[in-house]
Amino acid sequence: MSDTEIADIEAAPVKRSTRWHIAVFLAPAFLVYTAVMILPLIETLRLSLFNMVEGQLAFVGLNNFKVLFSDPRLSADFWNALSNNVVFFIIHMLVQNPVGIAIAAMLSVPNLRFAAFYRSAIFVPTLLSFVIVGFIWKLILSPIWGIAPGLMDLVGLKSFFAPWLGKPDTALLAVSLISVWQYVGIPMMLIYAALLNIPDEVLEAAECDGITGWSQFWKIKLPLILPSIGIVSVLTFVGNFNAFDLIYTVQGALAGPNGSTDILGTLLYRTFFGFQNQMGDRSMGATIAAVMFLIILAGVSLYLFVIQRRMRRYQF
Amino acid sequence: MTRILKGMLFATTVLAPAGLVHAADAQLTIESWRNDDLAIWHEKIIPAFQAKNPGIKVSFAPMAPTEYNSAVNAKLEAGTAGDLITCRPFDLSLAMFQKGQLAPLSDLPGMENFSDVAKSAWTTDDGKTTFCVPMASVIHGFIYNKKAFEEAGVQVPKTEDEFFAMLEKFKKDGNYIPLAMGTKDQWEAATMGYYNIGPNYWKGEEGRKALISGKEKLTDAQWVEPYKALAKWKSYLGDGFEAQTYPDSQNLFTLGRAAIYPAGSWEIAPFKAQADFEMGAFPPPVKKAGDTCYISDHNDIGLGLNAKGKNQEAAKKFLAWVASPEFAELYANSLPGFFSLNSKPVKMTDGLAQEFVSWRQNCKTTIRPSAAIVGRGQPNLDLEMWRVSANVINGTQTPEQAAAETQKGLDSWYKPAK
Repeated sequence: MSDTEIADIEAAPVKRSTRWHIAVFLAPAFLVYTAVMILPLIETLRLSLFNMVEGQLAFVGLNNFKVLFSDPRLSADFWNALSNNVVFFIIHMLVQNPVGIAIAAMLSVPNLRFAAFYRSAIFVPTLLSFVIVGFIWKLILSPIWGIAPGLMDLVGLKSFFAPWLGKPDTALLAVSLISVWQYVGIPMMLIYAALLNIPDEVLEAAECDGITGWSQFWKIKLPLILPSIGIVSVLTFVGNFNAFDLIYTVQGALAGPNGSTDILGTLLYRTFFGFQNQMGDRSMGATIAAVMFLIILAGVSLYLFVIQRRMRRYQF
Repeated sequence: MTRILKGMLFATTVLAPAGLVHAADAQLTIESWRNDDLAIWHEKIIPAFQAKNPGIKVSFAPMAPTEYNSAVNAKLEAGTAGDLITCRPFDLSLAMFQKGQLAPLSDLPGMENFSDVAKSAWTTDDGKTTFCVPMASVIHGFIYNKKAFEEAGVQVPKTEDEFFAMLEKFKKDGNYIPLAMGTKDQWEAATMGYYNIGPNYWKGEEGRKALISGKEKLTDAQWVEPYKALAKWKSYLGDGFEAQTYPDSQNLFTLGRAAIYPAGSWEIAPFKAQADFEMGAFPPPVKKAGDTCYISDHNDIGLGLNAKGKNQEAAKKFLAWVASPEFAELYANSLPGFFSLNSKPVKMTDGLAQEFVSWRQNCKTTIRPSAAIVGRGQPNLDLEMWRVSANVINGTQTPEQAAAETQKGLDSWYKPAK
C-alpha cells in the first residue's frame, strides 16, 4: 500500500521524453506503404471521377459510375463478371475452407504418422507461382497432351472426361477448383494453429464429461476455432474479389469461353490496359477498380463491425 | 565539399549524356508485336541495314501481340516509345496518326514503290496522307499434310461439297484428325475460320464495301452462311477442341496428327521448321464449281515514324530502306508467308509461299471485314467476331444468333454514311 503511494509520488514529476524512436522505426514501413499502396489507391479513386472530355482529362463527378451501370454493353460485362466472381467466392467457401478445416482437424489428431509431411505437401502449392500452377493444370486437363484423360481411362471413367476448361458450363468451376487446390493450404495452416492452441485441459475435461470423437469436434473444438474461421473467410473474400492471375494464365485475358470465367480482375485488366483491338480506357478501368475496392471494403466492414463483434471468445 | 558535390552532380547529369550522344551512334528502337520474328530481325534484317548505314544502331523490341496496341499507345502518350512504330492496319494506326503520334510519310523516298491498294491500310480516309510504310500482307487458306492426302487417296478440294466429303473420309479412316483447330483462344475461330472462308460468300470487297455503306447487314444470308459452314466444322475437329489452344493446334498439325490446318500464311516459316512431311496449300473452297474465288489477302503490317521520336533523320533513313525493293526481297524470303506489298516483283524461294501467292492470279482479293471503318468503335467488331465464331463452332450459339449479336453491337455505334 505505502509502496505504491511512494511510487506514484515519484513518478508524477518525471517528464516523459518525446519518444522519437517510435516514429523513426515506423517511418520506413509507413513511407513505403504510402508510396506503393495508399497513394496509388487514392489516385485510382480520384481517376475514377475523371474522364476524357474533348481530348482533355476533366472532372465528371460520378458519371463514370453511371456509365458503368447503365451502358448496356459495359453493365452486361460488369454484372457477368460480378456474378462469376460471387460463384468463384462461393465455391471457395464451400470447398476450400471446409476441406482446409477437415485436413487441419485430421492433422491435429495425436499420433498421426507423417503429419509433418502431409502438412508441407498440402501447403507447397500455395508457395508456387500462379503461372506454374496455371500452366501445370492447363497441361493436366488438356484433352490432347494431358494426363487427366489417360488416368481416367485407367479407372474406366474416360467417358466422364470433358474439355472442362473449354466448356462454358464447366470452365468457371474448373478454374475455381484449381484455385482451391492451390490455396487450400492457407485455411489448413491457420486452423491447424488454432486447434493446437486449444489447451489439453479443456479436451480432457470434455472427455471426462463423455464428449469424444465427432461430438468433441463439433461441440468443443469448432466453437473455439470460430474466430480463425472468420479470419480465413475474410482472407478468402478479399483474395477472391481481387483475383486475376490464375484466370489470366489459364484462360487468357478474354476469360473465355464466351466470358464464362470473366471475373472483376480480368474485366478490370481488359478495360484498363486494353486487349488486342480494344483500346485501354484508364478512367473506366479506374472506375471498375473503385467498385472492386468498395465491394471489398463493404465485405470486410460487414465482417469487422457486425460478425466479429458478436463472436464469442474464450480465454483460458 | 558541397561545391565539389554539385560539380559532380552537374557533370554526371547534364554533361554526361551530351558526351554520350556525341560519341555514340544514333540509336533506333522498333516497337513491334512480332516477337516470333525477333531472331530474324537481329540476325538478318538489322545487320543488312547497319552494314550500309554505319552510325545508326537499330534494335528490335517486340512484345506480346495482344498487349501491343494498348502498350504502344501508352508509351506514345508518355513519350517513351521507340522511334519506329510497327503499324497495325487500318483503324488502329489511323487513330494514332489522328492523335499526332505518327508522322506523315507521303513524301518519304521509296513510297512510290507501293500501289494505292498496298497503301490503303495506312492512308487517311481522304486518300491524301500515308503514315506508314507498307511491309507485308498475309493470305488465308488451308495448309495440308501431303502424306495424309496420299494415304487417304484424296485430291485437293475445289468446292465446299468436296471439302466436307474429304473431311468425312478422314474422319471415317480415323488415322488423322481432319482439321487442326481449337476454340479456346477464340481468335483462331474468327481469323482462320470466318475471315478465311467468308470472302467466298460475301464476295470479297463487294460485300465488305456494302457492309460499310450499310447496304448489307451482318444478318444477311451471305454473312450468316460462313457461320453455318463453320458450325459443320465441329464434328471434324479433334477431341476436346473446346480446350485446344493455338499452340496445341500448331503442334497437332506439325506432329503429323492432323490432315488439314486452317491457316494464315504467317504459319509457313514455323511449320517448315517443325514439320518433317511435305506440305501443300489450297484456297478456301468455293460453293459451286466455276464460281469466282475470293481470298483474304490482308495488309497486315507496316512501319511508321514516331512523330515525337528523337532520331527523326536516322529513322527516316531506315524507313526509306524498308520501302526499297532490297528490303522487300530480304523480308519476304526471311519470313516466307509475309508477302511483300512492294510493286516491284519479289523473287520468293519458298514453294509453299509461292503457292499462296499464286492464288492472287485467279482469285479476287479482299481484306478482313472487321479491319477498316467498321472496326473503329466499341464494342470492337473484330473481338466480337472472335467470340461468336468460337461460340458457333462450340455449338453454344446458332449462326443466326451469332450474326444478330455482331450486327447489334455494330448498330450501337456505327451509322453508315448515306
